[in-house]
Formats: sequence, C-alpha cells, structure tokens
Amino acid sequence: MPGVLFFAFFAVVPMGLAFYLSFTSWDGLGDPRPVGLDNWRKLIDDDRMVQSLWLTVLLTAASWVFQTVIALLLGVWAAGRQRNRAVLSAIFFVPFLLSSTAIALLFYALLDPNFGIIRENILGSSSGAFLAIVFIGGWQFIPFHTLIYQGGARQIPEVLYQAAAIDGAGRYRQFFSITLPQLRHTVTTSTVLLVVGSLTYFETVLILTKGGPGTDTAILPYLMYEAGFKSYDFGYASAIASFLVVAATGLSLILVRLTGFGSMRSTREGM
Amino acid sequence: MSHDTLPRPRPAKTEERPTPPPPQRRRKHWTKRGNPVSGLGSVIWLAIVVVPIYAMLSASLTSQDKALTGNPLNPPTSPTLDNYNTVLNSGFGHLLSNTAIVAVAVVAIVLGLSVPIAYVAVRTRNRWSGLAFRLFLLGVAIPAQAVVVPLYLLIAKLNLYDSLLAVILPTAAFAMPVSVLVLVGTLRDVSEDLYEAMALDGASPQRMLFQLAIPLAKGGISTVVIFAALQAWNGFLFPLIFTQSDGPRVLTLGLFNYVSQFGVNIPALLASVVLSGIPIFAVYLVARRALVGGLMGVGGK
Repeated sequence: MPGVLFFAFFAVVPMGLAFYLSFTSWDGLGDPRPVGLDNWRKLIDDDRMVQSLWLTVLLTAASWVFQTVIALLLGVWAAGRQRNRAVLSAIFFVPFLLSSTAIALLFYALLDPNFGIIRENILGSSSGAFLAIVFIGGWQFIPFHTLIYQGGARQIPEVLYQAAAIDGAGRYRQFFSITLPQLRHTVTTSTVLLVVGSLTYFETVLILTKGGPGTDTAILPYLMYEAGFKSYDFGYASAIASFLVVAATGLSLILVRLTGFGSMRSTREGM
Repeated sequence: MSHDTLPRPRPAKTEERPTPPPPQRRRKHWTKRGNPVSGLGSVIWLAIVVVPIYAMLSASLTSQDKALTGNPLNPPTSPTLDNYNTVLNSGFGHLLSNTAIVAVAVVAIVLGLSVPIAYVAVRTRNRWSGLAFRLFLLGVAIPAQAVVVPLYLLIAKLNLYDSLLAVILPTAAFAMPVSVLVLVGTLRDVSEDLYEAMALDGASPQRMLFQLAIPLAKGGISTVVIFAALQAWNGFLFPLIFTQSDGPRVLTLGLFNYVSQFGVNIPALLASVVLSGIPIFAVYLVARRALVGGLMGVGGK
C-alpha cells in the first residue's frame, strides 16, 4: 500500500533517523559524523535540559488540570439540547479555528505592556509568562476537548439517569456517580491528545517569550529548536528529540494502561 | 451515527418504557437543575472566549496612534480600514495563495491515501493490515517536533528544501493517522450485509469501495477534509524549518514575520491575524455541522 509507505517515509523513518542522528555530530551541511554517546552524555549533564524537562512536565500538568476541568464541565453542559447551547457552543469553538501562530500574536498584542488590556509586563515575569502559556493553550484547545466530552456525554444512556433519579440521587450525585465514570474512556482519549499536544506548545513559546524571561519558559521542543536550528548542533537536537519521542509515547502508553484500557483503540472510540 | 441528527433531539428509544417520569421531561428536569451553576460557568467562559476576539477586531480598526493611548476594550471612536490596507499591500495575497495551494494539495493526498487504507483495514483481516493499522495508532502519538531534524535531512537530500512541496508532504503525512482512525471508525459502521449483497451481484472490490463505502462514509470523509485543511492552513513548524525565502512562504510564517516587519504597529499586526482567520472562519460557517458532528460523532458508540 503506497499510503502506508508514504506515511512511514515521512513519519516513522524520521523517528528512527532521529535516534541515529543523536549519535552523530552534524551541523546541517555535509554529512553527519558518528560521535557515539557524546550527545546523550551532554544531555544528562545539561542544566538547561533539567530545567526544561521540569518546565515541560509542569506545563503539561497545569494544562491538563486547566483544560480537563473546564472542558469536562462545558462538554457535559453542552450535551444538553436547548437552543442557546447550540449557539454558545458554536462561539466557543472559534478559538480552535485560529492557528497557534495567530493566537500567539493576538495575545502578544493583548499582553503588550504599552498596548494591551493589562498594562503590566506579564511576560517579563517568569510565573506570568508560564501562566500566560497555560492560559493561551487552554484558550485554544479547550473547545476541542469540550467537543470530545460533549460527544461522550451524549452517548450516556438516558436510562441511567432515570434509574438514579428514582433512587433519589441528586444532580451532583448523578454527575459523580454516572457522568464521570461513564466518561472515563473519553477522559483517556482527551488526556492522551492533550499530553501529546502540550509537548508541542512550540509556536506560543517561540512567538510570545522566546523561551524567556531568561530560560524560564524554554520547554523541551523549544530547547530542541534552539539547539538545532539556531546553534546548528543537529546531533544534540536529535538527542533531545529522541528523548521527546520516548517520553511522549511512553506517557501515552502509561496513561492508556493506567486508565484500564488495554489498547490505544480508545483514541478512536472517544473521538 | 450521522452528524445531521446531532443537534436535534435523538429519537427517544425509551418511549415504550412506561416508567415515570417520561424521558423528555426527565432530561429537561436534569438540565434545569444544573442551570444556575453551569449556566454561570458557561457565561464566564463565553467572556473569556469573546473578549480577546472583540479586542482584536476593535484594535485592528483603530489607527496606530489612537491604539497606544486608548484601551483596546473601548470601541474604536473613528474606525478605519487603513491597517487592513497596509497588510493587503504587503504581499498578503501571495501568502494566501501559497497557503491555499498547500491546503488543497494536503487534502488531496490525505484523502487519496487514507480512504483506501481505511477501507483495507476494515475489510481485510490479515497480519499486514493489522500491522499497518497499529502503525497509524502509533502515529497519533508522534509529536511533529520530534522528527523535524531528520525530516530536514530528508527534505534536503530530496532537493525539496525551500519549496511548497517541502511543506505539503510532511504536513500530509502527519495528518494521516487521525484521518485513517476517523475513516476506519466510519467505515466500520457500514453493515457487512451490504457488502455481501453487492458481492452476490458480482461487484468488484473497487466498485464496492466507490459505490458503497465512500457514499456511506460521507460524514467521516468531510471530517477528514476539514481537519486536514485546518492542519495545513494553520501549520507553522514545517514552513518555519523547511522554507526560508519569500517564494514558498505561507500565511502563518508571514504572520510571524509581520512581528518584525510592523514592529510596534500592533493594529496592523492584529489586522493580519483577522485576515488570516477569515477564510477558515468562512469554511466553518458553511461546514460547521460536518466538522463538529464528525469530530464528536465518529466512533462514538
């Protein structure tokens, strides 16, 4: 099947190639030169890498909490059927249509200390810049996850709520005893997509903070971009990239296992 | 599940159940009681979504000197289209046509390849198709960031660097996993009996694909089209790394460059953001049902 080959050539082969390149030194011109474990040794010793890893984990965790809570509540709410919900849901979806670049620029303008809504240098403080990135990620992707939860919530059989009502369960009881457990596969799906997605908050960082202030928002993908396409140290960049692939795949697999869903099939079922 | 039916009340399967209270009422009751809290929450979120968009529109209509003195939340006192003129006169059309070429090409490649793949994955059960399917599942978890360095090597070796193809090919490849998953989800819903009936009539596999599977999978296909187009339209990383000159520059990269080009001319910058969103917003208005329904409904059982 040519399709499989095409995909393999541009996505799977490069993954292997990234691993190979991580054992070489290459400046983007000429041919890669094998250097053994040098890049990996450098990776382990690099203070920036440690900071960056910690930052990436923190960013992912913060994004998960922010996006999952809001998307879950909005999704369940939007699964109802009144007219204003349809209209509001349509408006809620708009941020997802804009590119990350456009959104980063929009907030670049709105957070500008001379121009913006809040005339303070938010991006100049490290916690401010971090929170701004979490917020902007949520602004962009909550619509998408809301949609996933909305779809999930609509699949919950009505009968369950009827039975619960007969047993005298209140609204909150129903939410925690029926809605949440029934949505657990949806939560898995959304979480996997979210975790993999937040490993790639690259545009926002590049446009908004350039990793700053200092290196306080230099997440792993940004560090990799700097190493490769700014310092032309492609071997080292590949080591970071390989680490990223392993972390992302490992994390997705763990998440899928932990939530008791034996195969990645949930990705499809939840969508 | 057809997306057309989503916003309408679903046929109450429980109708024959005499259990009081009747289903319709029950649901209403359930949502009504949630209204104060969740209603308030949704209004707050509405503000969070709308305020930045409103500020962007209003600022893009404000002249530069006024923008620096006023608050972007105030409506523009003397709206002007100057910012839009500035942007349109700085090569915006070129960016737009490049982006359109990329989007169309990506959609064509993705559709041409993932429809047959999904069809084969659903219809045949052997080791190879299973393996291929698993490969695509894995693909969902590959962050594009992680492979840009080796892709850069491949693109350079293929002599594609700094061309539109350098953007189109990897973008299409990365849109494939989700497309295949979505299409497999839809094609699974096509009943086996229909295939058997067609086979009895002596139809070839190709005929079954084109006359049965594709027409019945329209919902999934339109989702894939819109999703791939969205990815191509909004992609940033591949253009950033695989192109450098003005020739193959696409919209997102153009926006990125406007930051330095317009400097502190933030209203012009915002006008360019608005302009970049208009085409995709127009598609959204037309194809909202297909997009939302497709994302929400596919495989949702």
